[in-house]
Amino acid sequence: MSQITETQPPSSLQGATLPKWTPWAIAAGSVALGLGISAAAGLDSSIQWGLMAAIFFVGGSYGIAARVEGRRQAKDRVVTSLVWVAFLLAVVPLVSLIWETVKRGVKVFDGYFLTHSMGLIADDEPGGGIYHAILGTLEQVGIATVISVPVGILTAVYLVEYGRGNLAKAVTFFVDVMTGIPSIVAGLFVLSFWILILDMGPSGFAGSMALTILMLPVIVRSTEEMLKLVPNELREASLALGVPKWRTIMKVVLPTSIGGITTGVMLAVARITGETAPVLLLVWGSAFINTDPFDGPQASLPMYIYQQYANSGGAGVAYDRAWAAALTLIGFVMILNLAARGIARWKAPSTGR
Amino acid sequence: MKLQRKNRLRALSLGAVAVSGALALTACGSDDTGSSGSGDSTTAANSSIKCDDAKGQLLANGSSAQKNAIDAWVKQFSTACKDVQINYKSEGSGAGVTAFTQGQVAFAGSDSALKPEEVTASKEVCKDGQGIDLPMVGGPIAVGYNVPGVEGLVLDSKTLAGIFDSKITKWNDAAIKKLNPDATLPNLKIQAFHRSDESGTTDNFTKYLIAAAPDQWKYEGGKAWQAKGGQSAAGSSGVAQQVKEVPGAISYMELSYAKDGITAAKLDTGASAPVEATVENATTAIADAKVVGTGADLALELNRATKADGAYPITLVTYEIVCDKGNKAETLAATKAFLTYIASEDGQKVLAENDYAPIPEEIIAKVRTTVASLS
Amino acid sequence: MEISTKNPDNSDNPDNADNPGNPESLEAPSRLSPPSGAEQKRAARGATRPGDRIFLGLSRGSGIFLLVIMAAIAIFLTYRSVLAISKDESNFLTTLEWNPTAAEPSFGIAVLVYGTVVSSIIAMVIAVPIAVGIALFITHYAPRRLGGAISYVIDLLAAVPSIVYGLWGALVLAPHLIGLYGWLDDYFGWTGILDWQGGAPRSLFTVGILLAIMILPIITSVSREVFRQAPQMHQEAALALGATRWEVIRMSVLPFGRSGIISASMLGLGRALGETMAVATVLSSSFEINASLLDPGGGTFAQNIASKFSEATVMGRDALIASGLVLFVITLLVNGAARMIIARRAEYSGANA
Repeated sequence: MSQITETQPPSSLQGATLPKWTPWAIAAGSVALGLGISAAAGLDSSIQWGLMAAIFFVGGSYGIAARVEGRRQAKDRVVTSLVWVAFLLAVVPLVSLIWETVKRGVKVFDGYFLTHSMGLIADDEPGGGIYHAILGTLEQVGIATVISVPVGILTAVYLVEYGRGNLAKAVTFFVDVMTGIPSIVAGLFVLSFWILILDMGPSGFAGSMALTILMLPVIVRSTEEMLKLVPNELREASLALGVPKWRTIMKVVLPTSIGGITTGVMLAVARITGETAPVLLLVWGSAFINTDPFDGPQASLPMYIYQQYANSGGAGVAYDRAWAAALTLIGFVMILNLAARGIARWKAPSTGR
Repeated sequence: MKLQRKNRLRALSLGAVAVSGALALTACGSDDTGSSGSGDSTTAANSSIKCDDAKGQLLANGSSAQKNAIDAWVKQFSTACKDVQINYKSEGSGAGVTAFTQGQVAFAGSDSALKPEEVTASKEVCKDGQGIDLPMVGGPIAVGYNVPGVEGLVLDSKTLAGIFDSKITKWNDAAIKKLNPDATLPNLKIQAFHRSDESGTTDNFTKYLIAAAPDQWKYEGGKAWQAKGGQSAAGSSGVAQQVKEVPGAISYMELSYAKDGITAAKLDTGASAPVEATVENATTAIADAKVVGTGADLALELNRATKADGAYPITLVTYEIVCDKGNKAETLAATKAFLTYIASEDGQKVLAENDYAPIPEEIIAKVRTTVASLS
Repeated sequence: MEISTKNPDNSDNPDNADNPGNPESLEAPSRLSPPSGAEQKRAARGATRPGDRIFLGLSRGSGIFLLVIMAAIAIFLTYRSVLAISKDESNFLTTLEWNPTAAEPSFGIAVLVYGTVVSSIIAMVIAVPIAVGIALFITHYAPRRLGGAISYVIDLLAAVPSIVYGLWGALVLAPHLIGLYGWLDDYFGWTGILDWQGGAPRSLFTVGILLAIMILPIITSVSREVFRQAPQMHQEAALALGATRWEVIRMSVLPFGRSGIISASMLGLGRALGETMAVATVLSSSFEINASLLDPGGGTFAQNIASKFSEATVMGRDALIASGLVLFVITLLVNGAARMIIARRAEYSGANA
């Protein structure tokens, strides 16, 4: 999508404008001021000077711009600086989080770690790996995705394109309820009907079912939102050409919103990939490789992280393994994300609007 | 249109790559972790492991306090009996007992003996029998603290009760000074941490306070923390993490967590010298215990107000819970073989290397007879 | 689409009044206006082709499938909850203790309601403006390449397992907050709400901040997709009239994205309400209500379930499930309120743009 807004300086017809470097100068000035005040007042927390600098930056932008460029421009500058501040505010903790994970995770992260299971290694001993957990996560999340993506997208299609009357109302209602379902409750539900009533024993598939329950509402809601944004002109143009409604949906509506739908699906996958509680209840966990998701206990990465952290008797090696597994999990989702974006880009129609 | 077909082709090939990648992945993993787990001295002779016809997967669930002990045992056992896979999930004692009464597991691990209603519930799973408690592992609960510059702190039950009930709030309080005349105690706020989750560790710690300082500690006890005030953290890991980080912090935890900046306090029980939290002292305390279970059940009652020399009273005994009769046929052989091993001398010897206390000879002998009679 | 299901009468007027420039606005809103007879006929005619019928059947089937699962979960939960609450000796809504295993079971959810609501409010107050800011930053402010990279990183962060957020919160975030807490106590301690006794900063306020960081990615990703879809024509028209960048956003992007932002926030709120492991790791919980947000204490539904679940008896589990049911109701109320807000200002949401 072309960004006209950024190539064109705002209102160049107006009189005085500040030079381009002004925001940077104000930013540098406010950081210096923030640091100076903290040093003078003896505040040791980086959060404090950061917050002060942010306030000076926003206030400074407004003050200076209001004097030179007038109030409308000043408002624009304030919002621009606010947006930048928001960005920085969010980036700092996020970068810190990733940095911490990488720093702690690389200690035991190597080829051996990725290709071996825990086998007979006790949790408080060095060695072992996460192969079994990677495999389990791939299979469980894969099955859950295969079930919930079609169901979720079709449900959203139904709500947006067809839905009227009581059924649509009921579905909307329950999707709303579902967004707040604590993961352990979903796990308990599957436990009582699949394992206790049907007497199936723990398996990767049982975990997938709970994950599906958690995944569906996220997919339905985000897809619904994206489908609603598809302009009606497109639908009408297609229908006017005599294209059946279902072809219109498949060929026009869904491709137009594929980018947003992919994002929604990725968010849902990301959410369930990190789930611990239902997996612990239903998949049971195992130190050995089990390639069959339909029979016998499996492991999974988040469960592995949790167990290495919580039940290892405080052994340092176990914490290292937990961080390395977390790093793997993030990397796994990163690759998935890249792939999904690639597919979305290929499938999306060229943005001709 | 042409463009789109090309895209589809590309998507297809991507899918193919993904699938073949996954296939390649399944091929390259290995369960063989080899000899990387070093530092094991007892690997040599394990004549006490008799596999017989035991095979299959054994599921178990329960106390996280005995997880490391089970890990060590499983290691020895599986090397001898290749056909048996033991899968112990340390979800918690309550979850373990629940899973046991629902028939999900072959045995459960628990920090506390079965309650009467749980025994009743177990009768549905054990045909013609009931669930019984077999004491297998003991462990000292250390009172770990982080006060810069203070080593070898001595506390007694009354001070402990005061600290954890927010009555004693400074490290240089007169009560602590009296017990530690030589230490230089800082004027630091005491941050008493307790477990925010329910746990057998909390249960055993408060049971000690109730038994040894009944006037100072007026709560009922139980797995959930009762007193008001203080700070909390989730799990022994969480508690240990906080004690490490917060100067002036104190908490209770299994002995294996009390390291790297956490010092375990000695306990003035009224014995001739303050007792340290060690494996030997815990075993001494367990030796004083009475068997209160009836029949095949071997539930223990510890003497927590003990004043014996070298007996560390804040001690936890964890049980394996099985059916005395009516265990599932397919897992009976494996269960029996495994329990026989862990109750054997070799099995109990493994414990001390992992910060656990072996069960005293007199009691473990009874356990062995009971295990032999399981059916 | 919710407008047709919730509030059909309301959507008609603002649609035409606020959007006179759009010649399609009378014709286009096939789903905005109440389902008229003619439209139903059109929908029915569309569904006569076999392909259409199959597709309609599939999507309706998905909706019904979802409905059945949810209804089953709801029934299951209600059944177990009724079992527990009928044995409760004290008032389930107002009791300040949790003791379901005693001879006279006594448990209540007052503390949990308070903690959940307070921490979620803090999280939303912090996260929504920042997330909208970042989304705008990505779509309208940042250089295009930087925007792409950032949105990628943000998507990735949705995948960090909550246990890792928890560890990061306890190890990195909490120690850094000591300075801020001292500050708040110094200047705002007199309010009582921001009073601080000292001690590790692991209170509901910290949890709120951590939850805000956790839900940022979800809200940002969905809002970003929505802003991307904002009609370029409107923005260019506004620019041509001499509007500043902020005015363009305020007049054409934000109104268009309103329903999307609200939906995104709801997804975020869903995660905040149901978040388990991170809260359990960071919060110093206890069963009491503190007026001060900075002092330790309190608890949330999901955290309480996670903390008590592993040692709970069957009765204890039922009691926890009952508390989970209350979480459902809270989620439902919040979602319902959000849908009403969307329906009231429906002129931009949907396909008539």
